[in-house]
Amino acid sequence: MPILDHLWIIVALPLLGSAINGLLGKKFSKPVVNAVGIGALTLAFVSAVEAVREFAQLPADQIPFLTKTYFTWIHAGIFQVDYRFQVDQLTVVMLLVVTGVALLVHIYSAGYMAHEEGYYRFFSYLNLFVFFMLNLVLAANVIVMFVGWEGVGLCSYLLVGFWFLKPSAISAGKKAFITTRIGDFGFTIGIMLLFWTFHSVDYKTIFEQANKLAVEPWGLGTLTVICILLFVGAAGKSAQLPLYVWLPDAMEGPTPVSALIHAATMVTAGVYMVARMNPLFSRAPLAMFIVALIGALTAFFAATIGLLQTDIKKVLAYSTISQLGYMFLACGVGAYASGVFHLMTHAFFKGLLFLAAGSVIHAMGGDQEMPHMGGLRTKIPITFWTMFIATFAIAGIPGFAGFFSKDAILEAVKDGPNANFWLWLLGVVAAGMTSFYMFRLIFLTFFGKPRYDEHKVHVHESPASMTGPLVVLAILSTVGGWFAAPKLVGGPDHFTNFLHPVFAAYAPESGAAVPEAAAEVGSPAMMLFHALTGWPVIVGLLGLALAWWFYIKSPDTPKKLAQSLSGPYKLIHNKYYVDEIYNFLIIAPLLWISTHVLWHFVDEGVIDGTVNGTARVARETGSHVRELQSGNTRSYATWVVIGGAGVTVLMLGLWGMVR
Amino acid sequence: MNFSVIPISYYLVLSAVLFGLGMVAFVFKRNIITIFMAIELMLNAVNLAFVAFARAHNQLDGLVFVFFVIVVAAAEAAVGLAIVISVYVNRQTLNIERINLLKF
Repeated sequence: MPILDHLWIIVALPLLGSAINGLLGKKFSKPVVNAVGIGALTLAFVSAVEAVREFAQLPADQIPFLTKTYFTWIHAGIFQVDYRFQVDQLTVVMLLVVTGVALLVHIYSAGYMAHEEGYYRFFSYLNLFVFFMLNLVLAANVIVMFVGWEGVGLCSYLLVGFWFLKPSAISAGKKAFITTRIGDFGFTIGIMLLFWTFHSVDYKTIFEQANKLAVEPWGLGTLTVICILLFVGAAGKSAQLPLYVWLPDAMEGPTPVSALIHAATMVTAGVYMVARMNPLFSRAPLAMFIVALIGALTAFFAATIGLLQTDIKKVLAYSTISQLGYMFLACGVGAYASGVFHLMTHAFFKGLLFLAAGSVIHAMGGDQEMPHMGGLRTKIPITFWTMFIATFAIAGIPGFAGFFSKDAILEAVKDGPNANFWLWLLGVVAAGMTSFYMFRLIFLTFFGKPRYDEHKVHVHESPASMTGPLVVLAILSTVGGWFAAPKLVGGPDHFTNFLHPVFAAYAPESGAAVPEAAAEVGSPAMMLFHALTGWPVIVGLLGLALAWWFYIKSPDTPKKLAQSLSGPYKLIHNKYYVDEIYNFLIIAPLLWISTHVLWHFVDEGVIDGTVNGTARVARETGSHVRELQSGNTRSYATWVVIGGAGVTVLMLGLWGMVR
Repeated sequence: MNFSVIPISYYLVLSAVLFGLGMVAFVFKRNIITIFMAIELMLNAVNLAFVAFARAHNQLDGLVFVFFVIVVAAAEAAVGLAIVISVYVNRQTLNIERINLLKF
């Protein structure tokens, strides 16, 4: 089993590609940069697939903790960190999603970024991102995962600010980094508390100890505090309330970056982490409830903002925040497998949506505003059809990937062991809004009459390197959910069953946190009927119908509605003024304190004052003392005499004291 | 001659008087040559004290110092007088109050 014994190869390949392109790429021609960047990713993907193939043949008793230790990184007292990788079913899913989507995005970027400055730099950063992301998912302890966690944040910063001559891109990069850092503050404290409690940072050791603990009562026990702190980190990374504000701004980055980092992989790291830490979360009911509540609120809240955005990428950004909310909602009610399922299908359809949006922007010559588009359906058919499929997937139209995962989540929220009607209601309403804003996007972009100047904008279909990944992702967005299809007729949910060992191994005994395959009774036909007429499907179709009514049938309705409901319209159109509130409550006071206290008082007054004061004392003293050097020899003579007399007196005095 | 007849205090008082005269002249005189002589006077006052102590304690150390002082004084006189001549050639004066260019 070569690859499973040498997991480092999968990780090292993107790092190597990044190093070669980053250090030497400036002198390379574009085909060479492509060969290095895409080649490294292709090899990594092939190795990952091979590793998964080998994994599938392992006897069950070697799972879930198949680990490989490479070296001891830190060893201080009882604090020991090994650079160690592990493979289990959860890792396998993430490994395939990350390398697969990353490979497609790399290929797409070769077309999308073809005319950009710093082409090699872009590929170097992308490869580096994949390196860190693989570290994150392969890590066998919290510290190595944290390295990947911070590394992807760094690459996110570098790639959001890729066009570093654009001030808005720079500040968006900083915003992404700093906001995430606020979450990481909680995350690092959580890690410290984790070590303090379990005296180890290794997953296996922690989980085995946690397995002996009972479920904590509703309240702030140690496990609950740890889980809440870890979730703070996840909320920053995965753009949940109240730390989601960086993700819409991150759309300043190139579109392939939005697809890979801000839709498919990095932002799902928080969901992965919560799923990975399931033995702890399952024992902390309050933390679980907070996760579910934040998830549901974010899903709802972000969806409402998405309703009125006009920038095609901003709609997708808020949609991403909303979908991430679903994943946390799933984790929060204990349906980790459904959360990871949605993570995977979301990676497919949202990656596709972003790449297709990139293709639209490419066709429009850089314009991202939907009111300037319209009627693009026939001009860029491949982009249209792939994006159409992705929209079906995200809207939860039966048969497409998103239907299965979203349905599984909402079902767990409604009927699972931690069911909560209000959270379910939020989720269902958000699903309806999701469907509405996505079809609104489709109708505004691809249907109706062109609203751009056809003489100025030359709309053209993207090259094959861009449409190829679109087609592959469109296929995945369709079939990616079919693992769970048998469940509709009472059969097994293959995806959940595949992940079951990860979530069952250390599950607390009392709460059956991981639901087994559906055990409902009824004829297959009846079950299929129920599944296809459930609320998620109904609201999805309602959203579709409403979008059709608003943007195709009677395009005047939205304007009239906006006028009659101007208050709420303004509120939502301005994104609830959250940025302004943060600016007023946090940034402005911080800036004031920094300027007036830290800068003008502490820095200029105290620190500079001390340094300059010392210099001034020396200068003033010198300017007075130098007058002693008058050039008058007789005054020197006098000073010599006075000095000699002084020394004599001093010595006589000392002598007297000694005696 | 029996030197022990004269107590050491006599020598020391004479030495102190000579040193004091030299010091006063050193501070108050204007002519560089005179100041030079005042310095020589102080040196020799100290020499006298050394010799007197050497005799009183019956040790050679003081005498050795005196030789050093004489040698250094001779060298100093040579260099110093050369400077004095050079100054006079350039400035046509030996008044110390007018030789005050080296200052801040």
